[in-house]
Amino acid sequence: MNKLIITLAFISAVLLGGCEEKVPHTRGVYMLMDTSGTYTQELEQAKRVINFILANLEPGDSFAVARVDTASFSEKDIVAKVAFDDRPSRANQQKRDFRDKIDKFVNSVKPSSYTDITGGTLQAIEWLTEAGTGHNTILIFSDLQEDLKEGYVRDIPLQLTGFKVVALNVTKLRSDNVDPREYLDRLANWQQRVESGGGSWQVVNDLERLEKVLTL
Amino acid sequence: MSFSDIFMITDNPAVSGVFWFVILTIVFYVARNHAHRAIIAISRVLHNAMRISAHSVMLAEKRMIQRNTEVLLEQGREATERIIEREFERVDATVRRDLAEYPALHRHLSEEITKIDEDYNKSIDVPPAPPGWVKAVEAVAKIPSTKGDPMVGNVLEDIHQSLIKANIKATEEYRKESHKRHQLLNGMMPHWRKLRQVLIQVDKNVNSLLQRSTAIDRHIDTYEAIVGKTDRAVRMLSSSSLTHFFIAAFVLTVATGGAFINFHLIARPLSEMVGGTNQIMGLQINNIAAMVIILVELTMGLFLMEALRITRLFPVIGALNDKTRIRMAWVFFSILLFLACVEAGLAFMREWLMEEDAKTLAALRGDESITAVTENSFLWITTAAQMGMGFVLPFALMFVAIPLETFVHSLRTVLGIVAVGFLRAFAWTLRLFGNISRFAGIAIVNIYDLLIFGPLFIERMVKGRQEHSEDKKPKPVEYRGAA
Repeated sequence: MNKLIITLAFISAVLLGGCEEKVPHTRGVYMLMDTSGTYTQELEQAKRVINFILANLEPGDSFAVARVDTASFSEKDIVAKVAFDDRPSRANQQKRDFRDKIDKFVNSVKPSSYTDITGGTLQAIEWLTEAGTGHNTILIFSDLQEDLKEGYVRDIPLQLTGFKVVALNVTKLRSDNVDPREYLDRLANWQQRVESGGGSWQVVNDLERLEKVLTL
Repeated sequence: MSFSDIFMITDNPAVSGVFWFVILTIVFYVARNHAHRAIIAISRVLHNAMRISAHSVMLAEKRMIQRNTEVLLEQGREATERIIEREFERVDATVRRDLAEYPALHRHLSEEITKIDEDYNKSIDVPPAPPGWVKAVEAVAKIPSTKGDPMVGNVLEDIHQSLIKANIKATEEYRKESHKRHQLLNGMMPHWRKLRQVLIQVDKNVNSLLQRSTAIDRHIDTYEAIVGKTDRAVRMLSSSSLTHFFIAAFVLTVATGGAFINFHLIARPLSEMVGGTNQIMGLQINNIAAMVIILVELTMGLFLMEALRITRLFPVIGALNDKTRIRMAWVFFSILLFLACVEAGLAFMREWLMEEDAKTLAALRGDESITAVTENSFLWITTAAQMGMGFVLPFALMFVAIPLETFVHSLRTVLGIVAVGFLRAFAWTLRLFGNISRFAGIAIVNIYDLLIFGPLFIERMVKGRQEHSEDKKPKPVEYRGAA
């Protein structure tokens, strides 16, 4: 009889313990903001994108915004980060605080000399993996023109399995207009890097389509 | 080895085909009798198996019909007993109320009658008639006063005057008495009216009892028909059961709509309490919590209706003694009230969260007009409406117990009817396939013979010749009685 009770108790405990599972139904978004050279003029547009993302994210989701500068593989480059609370009221407050931080940053940002997009992407992968979110998206708000300082090694394969990488607002440089192949090569190069790392690649220049990017 | 390797006896496919046809025809002709027997045997086996199965299914269908009838009659009997019981309870209540009032009513009637009697007796005292000396007064008045003696004349005159006065007084007395009589008779009117009202009330009570007794008679007739297991009773119960089923299903659908609205009213605000991201079996915890609250409300509503003896889904509650039952009813009602208050609070919180969302969105989009909308002074109307719905819906859902009981009871009948229909269709299908297999066997035999028509034709010709030659031979004469 005792054995039966113990067995039943064990089965119940296993079943009840197994019932509650932390399903990774949440979204993780990491946005890289290019702050190099003339691209700082686009930061107002980046602010609008961030606000749009904030409006679309829900309790339980995670969001971080980091700048792309000379050496972007660093936590110090994360401008603002948040894991939204389960409670909707608290999540709303977090969204407002996040927006304030971004506003301050955009108003005080200084252009960087170099552009380390790869470092920023590596930092994004690390942060999103740590966040443990179910659907991860890396948004790169840049012209995708990488310009590394001498000595920096960024020829590293990216591990992007399960990640969606979206290039936003990829502006055409003056040289792109002279020879559009440069622009196309740049995009193709990034696409190849992302897809060879197991990720999916997308370019969104019309920000009206951003909503589709964020849907699960 | 492919099919063509086997088939191609010669290089020419047509010649090979002819060869194969001839070979197969000969083989089929040789195996004809055995093949026929095998085909017929298989078709018979199938036919018999299907027939027996169909017979079994028909027996099951009959048993099902019988069982359905029994269940239907039993349910009908219980329902009718319940109705009759209720009618008797009402009659009992009426009789108790009226009989309890009867001594007072009797006393009241007696008092009224006594008063009327007294008044009547008083009124029959005839006032004194004018005295007989009126004639004497007239006689005195007629005596001539001029017979010489003036003194006598004066005396008579005085007597005359006195008598006139006495007469007037007596008349006035008579009038007073008559007036009193009329007043007494007039005073009897309210008593008569009271008597009339009391008797009307008695008449109403008696009529109500008579009406109840008529209803009871009708229910008893139904009950007798059910107990007698008459076809009319079965038809009537079956029909009413189907009607109840569809009506109950409709009401339950409406109630499901109510529950759905209720769910949406409380699911989101519950995420403030239990979180909105964790999931159990693919469902968000706040949604599960909302469902649990609604189901608890439904359960409390069921128990409350049960404790009030409106429904009879849980006989244990109905069988409790009245004191415990009523206490339990209060407990259920209190829990329901508490949950209704919780829902009203959650509905308020929902509105607040929506406003917060709108404000945040407006701030993020930099749209000040939305902020203005959220601060609209008329928003309290939607808040109040949501709170009202949150409070009322649990009580509205409580009444789901009534159609649910009807649905559960009528579902048995409907399922029985469906099962009978299914069994009937199944038996028909089995019989159909049995007959198909039987006639298919015959058809296959005929097709078989068609394929070997050549040898059969030759056989018939040979047999025909043999018979022809035998006909020509002299037949032996048979004699009756030959050994």
